[in-house]
Amino acid sequence: MDTSESKKKEYQKSVKNLSPNSPIIKNCIWAFFSGGAICTFGQILNNYFKSLSFGEDNTALLVNIVLIGMSAVLTGFGLYSKMGKHCGAGTIVPITGFANSMVSPSIEFKTQGFILGLGAKMFTVAGPVIVYGITTSIIVGIAHYFLAG
Amino acid sequence: MEYLKAFITGGIICIIGQILIDKTKLTSARILVLFVVAGCILGGLGIYEYIYNFGGSGATVPLTGFGYLLSKGVIEEVDKIGFLGAFTGGLKASAGGISIAVLFSLLAAIIFKPKEK
Repeated sequence: MDTSESKKKEYQKSVKNLSPNSPIIKNCIWAFFSGGAICTFGQILNNYFKSLSFGEDNTALLVNIVLIGMSAVLTGFGLYSKMGKHCGAGTIVPITGFANSMVSPSIEFKTQGFILGLGAKMFTVAGPVIVYGITTSIIVGIAHYFLAG
Repeated sequence: MEYLKAFITGGIICIIGQILIDKTKLTSARILVLFVVAGCILGGLGIYEYIYNFGGSGATVPLTGFGYLLSKGVIEEVDKIGFLGAFTGGLKASAGGISIAVLFSLLAAIIFKPKEK
């Protein structure tokens, strides 16, 4: 048991040395706290806009406007990618990460022109997300029509 | 309590993403696609509703929430106008978010200069 344990540790050490990304547990903790924090901030915004008696749909939209706007500014100053180095999925999975995936290439590729640089590269990640999201929603809609209608 | 629930729900969804990144070497683009599709399917099956009722913004802020929004929009639209709603409901529900993201991306690109890497 002991030898296997120490071997395991040795292996983990070598993996740690080989891959610049630190071990999975640490990454998960970072992802949990950073992602949780962004969502909690979303909840705070949500409650704030609700208290101003916006409807449910408008509240959701306003929350998105603030989160996407903040992500755009942080991305512009190069701060979002710095956060991302530690937070990993915690900054990729929330809507702010989606916004970052649009803003970042937009800034980077504007030197290649506003049409095929900025305009096209903006959708490098968002494009596939929208393509498969919309397609799935159509399937869900058709299924709902035939199964629940 | 509401905030704690949002924190935990959002945190767990991000952990799932992190495990996928570390274990499968999926790129972040694939993970985002996967999360939107998963959210949409779970929404269609009526499962994501429970996650939303528990986690609030913890369920809507991650990209799975975007998928959930698509499914919610498409189901509402089908109930309202029938079969053709399947083609309009998803985009209608998500129109605001997508438009805002496009506008802010464009503005950010005009305002900010590319960073040296």
